[in-house]
Amino acid sequence: MNRKKKKMSLSAKRSRTGFLFILPWLIGFIWFYARSLFMSVQFSLSDLSVSPGGGYTLDFVGLDNFLYAFRAHATYKQVLTTSVGNMLIDVPLITFFSLFMAILLNRKFRGRTLVRAIFFLPVILNSEAIVDAMDLARNMMSGGLSSASAEMAQASSGGMGIAYYMEMFGSLGIPEFLIVYLMGAVTRVSDIINASGVQIIIFIAALQSVPGSMYEVAKIEGATTYETFWKVTFPMVMPHIITNIVYTVVDSFTQSDVVELAYNTAFTESNYGLSSVFSLCSTAITCLILVIVCGAIQKRTFYYN
Amino acid sequence: MATIKSIIQDVRDDKQFANDRMRWASNIKGFILFLFRLVIIVGICYVILGPVIGIISSSFFSDADSYNPMVYMIPQEPTLYRYELASKYLDYAKTMVSSLLYAASLMAIQVFICSMVGYGFARYQFPGKNILFACVVIMIVIPTNTIMLPLYMTFAKFDVFGIIKMIKGSAVNLLSSPVPMYIMTIFGCGLRSGLYIYIFNQFFRGLPKEIEEAAFVDGAGTLYTYFRIMLVNALPSAVTVAIFSMVWQYNDTFYAKLFLVSDSIVISKRISTITATISTLEKILDPAILQLFLDAGIVLVMIPIVIIYVLLQKQFIEGVERSGIVG
Repeated sequence: MNRKKKKMSLSAKRSRTGFLFILPWLIGFIWFYARSLFMSVQFSLSDLSVSPGGGYTLDFVGLDNFLYAFRAHATYKQVLTTSVGNMLIDVPLITFFSLFMAILLNRKFRGRTLVRAIFFLPVILNSEAIVDAMDLARNMMSGGLSSASAEMAQASSGGMGIAYYMEMFGSLGIPEFLIVYLMGAVTRVSDIINASGVQIIIFIAALQSVPGSMYEVAKIEGATTYETFWKVTFPMVMPHIITNIVYTVVDSFTQSDVVELAYNTAFTESNYGLSSVFSLCSTAITCLILVIVCGAIQKRTFYYN
Repeated sequence: MATIKSIIQDVRDDKQFANDRMRWASNIKGFILFLFRLVIIVGICYVILGPVIGIISSSFFSDADSYNPMVYMIPQEPTLYRYELASKYLDYAKTMVSSLLYAASLMAIQVFICSMVGYGFARYQFPGKNILFACVVIMIVIPTNTIMLPLYMTFAKFDVFGIIKMIKGSAVNLLSSPVPMYIMTIFGCGLRSGLYIYIFNQFFRGLPKEIEEAAFVDGAGTLYTYFRIMLVNALPSAVTVAIFSMVWQYNDTFYAKLFLVSDSIVISKRISTITATISTLEKILDPAILQLFLDAGIVLVMIPIVIIYVLLQKQFIEGVERSGIVG
């Protein structure tokens, strides 16, 4: 009896210690995140007017802000659909590209450290100003301002443009949406490369955690490289595909135009209620996408442990 | 005909030749694969490095070079004028030092707080633990942009249970100072804190429990065990988190813009207005020329990050690989 009491008090003590360890975060979470989410919902349902001295008053208007955003606002629906569309295009491309690059970089070759360092560079240089300047520099690479106009003149005067290729592949009977998708992928190749630094590293780590004995078995059983990839490598990195998809979706949402629109609506037009509606709706859509995609993949995922 | 057939038969039977042929085939296959890999890797490295090289080279362009369509990448009359003006209007040395101090102090807090929270989640059982950890994941998934307005409001009229109002008479406005960022980071809600907590949690879960049991048996207290044993063992993930948070904090313009942090503290915010400043003060109106000043400024801003990265990249990438994100 005595011993039991003592044991219980030890576990209670440990649980209290653990609680103390996470306490700072818990306070912060409730104070900043939970409260802010609640306030966001509140703002979205009201007409907010800032009173002098930093305070504000809320007038409850029901769903008016939501109705305005979806029925009357000039650009929101369009911005939202393009952002979500871009996200849906980018996510599979980035996932497969980073898996492919991870397999390529996982082999031992000379200069591997250097190459890995270069691949991770975009993650380090992700400041807004730097990214903008790099985009501009990328356009300038093709020969500066003077040649840009020359190029435009050439493109408009016919020649082998994108339309030509589309027609060529179209006449082969390849469905049009696939061609449009691939063309989109080709024109965004630098965006995709720049967005997949973290994902490549995660996949490399995943590949290294696959036990070597599995490859030995596959080799002894006579599996080809192709079979080994689909039967051993792919199932083993499957759990990390979810991690990568979550990272990619959140990352691409944070950099999308919707966020910018919400920011401008709040701080240039001072329409706080509408801005909250924008943020909440796009967050809800992002979370919905995450839940659907992760749920679909989770079912097919094989967990080794 | 018969002779040809027999010759072919001879060739087929010749084991030595068959071996050679197979070796040749596999050599050629290996070479083609090598070439394929080389092309892809070099190509992608070029896509990544291209704009960086472009920015560096154009920051040396003089006016004449930028108007001359014959000049490509290598300026004919290189000039340091861009750097002179850019560093003058960035107030480079001063802004850089305060910017680095700001990022480094926040980094230290991040590593300390996030490792503590991660340790608490990894090693202790308490009621509601799973729900609370789900909250950490929610913090990672929900973008900060969703809650930017309430955060802005909170810090515009900052008060803790009315205590400040009691002392000072009214709530304080903490905006246009770095204080909000420090407060949020101390309470584990700084820039991407959720991710760091997750990394530390995964890492501590991977450490053997016997370490702590041994420390407990030897009479070490909780805090001693944590600071002198666990934190020392967590060095690889601490390095990863430290670099991530340092670099991202240094690059961050979102919070700096939201909390109106002065641009003499955050250099990456200051760089975004440099073209406007130079355009008004130096009466330079051609956007192509202004872009060259921006390029020089960006090179100046990039230098410290690149130095940190080059010095620590090996530990960093190995840290990411071995210490947790993957779990």
